[in-house]
Amino acid sequence: MTLDPGYLRYPRRRYGMDHDLYRWSMLRQRPAVTWPGGAKVALLIVPVLEWFPLDMANKPFAPPGAMSTAYPDLRHYTLRDYGNRVGIFRILDELARRGLKATAAINAAVALRYPALIGAIGRAGCEVMAHGRDMAHLHYGGMDREAERDLIETTLDQLERATGQRPRGWMSPAKSQSWATPDLLQAAGVTYCCDWDNDDLPYRMTTGTGDLVALPLSPDSEDQAIVIRDHHSEDAFAQELCDQFDLLNAEAVRTGSARLMSITLHPWVTGQPYRIGALAAALDHILASPDVWSASGTEIVEAWQTQVPPG
Amino acid sequence: MRDPGYYDYLPYDGTRPVITWPGGARVAFWIAPNIEFYEIAPPVNPQRRAWPRPDPDVLNYAYRDYGNRVGFERMFEAMQRYGIRGSTSLNVAMCDHCPEIIEQCAAAGWEFYSHGTYNTRFTLGMDPDQERALIRDSIETIRDRTGQKLDGWLAPALSYTENTLDLVAEMGLSYVCDLFHDDQPTPLRVRSGKLVSIPYSLEMNDVIAYNVNLLTPRRYGEVLRRQFDRLYREGERSGTVMCIPLHPYLVGRPHRIAAFEEALAHIAGHDGVWFATGREIAAHFTANHYDAFVQASHPVGEAS
Repeated sequence: MTLDPGYLRYPRRRYGMDHDLYRWSMLRQRPAVTWPGGAKVALLIVPVLEWFPLDMANKPFAPPGAMSTAYPDLRHYTLRDYGNRVGIFRILDELARRGLKATAAINAAVALRYPALIGAIGRAGCEVMAHGRDMAHLHYGGMDREAERDLIETTLDQLERATGQRPRGWMSPAKSQSWATPDLLQAAGVTYCCDWDNDDLPYRMTTGTGDLVALPLSPDSEDQAIVIRDHHSEDAFAQELCDQFDLLNAEAVRTGSARLMSITLHPWVTGQPYRIGALAAALDHILASPDVWSASGTEIVEAWQTQVPPG
Repeated sequence: MRDPGYYDYLPYDGTRPVITWPGGARVAFWIAPNIEFYEIAPPVNPQRRAWPRPDPDVLNYAYRDYGNRVGFERMFEAMQRYGIRGSTSLNVAMCDHCPEIIEQCAAAGWEFYSHGTYNTRFTLGMDPDQERALIRDSIETIRDRTGQKLDGWLAPALSYTENTLDLVAEMGLSYVCDLFHDDQPTPLRVRSGKLVSIPYSLEMNDVIAYNVNLLTPRRYGEVLRRQFDRLYREGERSGTVMCIPLHPYLVGRPHRIAAFEEALAHIAGHDGVWFATGREIAAHFTANHYDAFVQASHPVGEAS
């Protein structure tokens, strides 16, 4: 057997990244960042409101949480719906009790389908982040650029009309992008995107014209990944959240540079009656520290942008 | 072939030749951080996809990129606090992409051995000359960028051909980390040169622990301590080897590093541990025990 000779050629073997979407840098080498009031850790809580159409095609791949049995997959469809009907209200309640801000990542379809839910999100004071059209409309390499442009603009318009807020943040369904997504998001007026989970602080994408900030959401503090995919108990998940906060807080004190901690919550996961208490316990542990800044995505990005100008 | 034929049978039943480590240590303990670069759009290997999603697989690429941007520093600092050198299992293209990390490892006296050029270039389907070119790239890059002679091999993304071990031996390497059949080193039968297998361990590997066995961080710490305790006890009679293979994008996450560091504290709190690198373990075994292990081994019979 032999491979095509091109398999042993490396045209992108060079200093830094093997693409031009952002620049290579190590967290330890960057100038120190501070948060308002001298806080050490910015706490970004992201409830995710999703709609999985019963007939979704799962192309070019099945997103996490997709329909998976033979059609009609009523069990998964309705369990995801549980989050929008029931679970989200338990989460909002626990956040409100503690005066915590949230930035809800919302499929445009959810906003169109459940105006009453959007009303509750608004009354809770949540920032609205765009989360694509629905879980069946993935952004992916190879998709038509104009089709993607239309998908992004329609999503932002629909969310703006339904919520009264033009979303400044974006998280793609399944955090999947095409090569053009960052440019198209920036051109559509999006300020920050949450698809690249590779850092503990924001950083800049190198989009064509303006400023697009990557706001990384940690895959370690995402309930669906840890509790459903990895089968950790709710107590183990809470312990991991506490350990994560303690480490980031100690590191911020030691290095003099603040950190970002995100918690991504799927209401159909964490909003279950037996799980919600573990989230509450973890939040209480985190809030026992005086060094936490509960902030929205936009607040964190703006605080960061003023300290780290472009260029 | 039905059996790779690299080694004979040698039962762990108390009759093996006794291994003595320097200073009378019971356990040769080593840490093998995999310092890796995954390409966002590698050429396609007919036998294995690099990414589950279409390029760019943002989710999976960024997940690993975290290791170089953030996780490496945490892992490095934890090891430094206990004075433990690493033996980096290096995708050698990292010398070009992220030289800051290579310089940091070199300054701390770490060993560099090879884990191929990129973790997204598999040896699957390479002819011998192509695989020689891959190995030569590693020998020359590590020599030119770190001044070290390349002694060890862990195939990129654990991808092999039937020739892999023969070729690394032929090109002057002395050890491989690809075989998981033992808790002590093993002489390997290769066409030329002299090659030993050094225990590396799948189950201590944070990829297996976290992404296959789905352990919690604290459970991983417990696994490491129990593994050490048993190998330390058995090492009183004859030296054992314990390796912790790591990936900065996994062990270096904020909710995981403390549990790892507690395990290091436990291990470092024992006398009779030889904190070695892969090259040092291979050299000591080859110089002192290789021949006795060859002589004590039993030929493997033919299954019908």
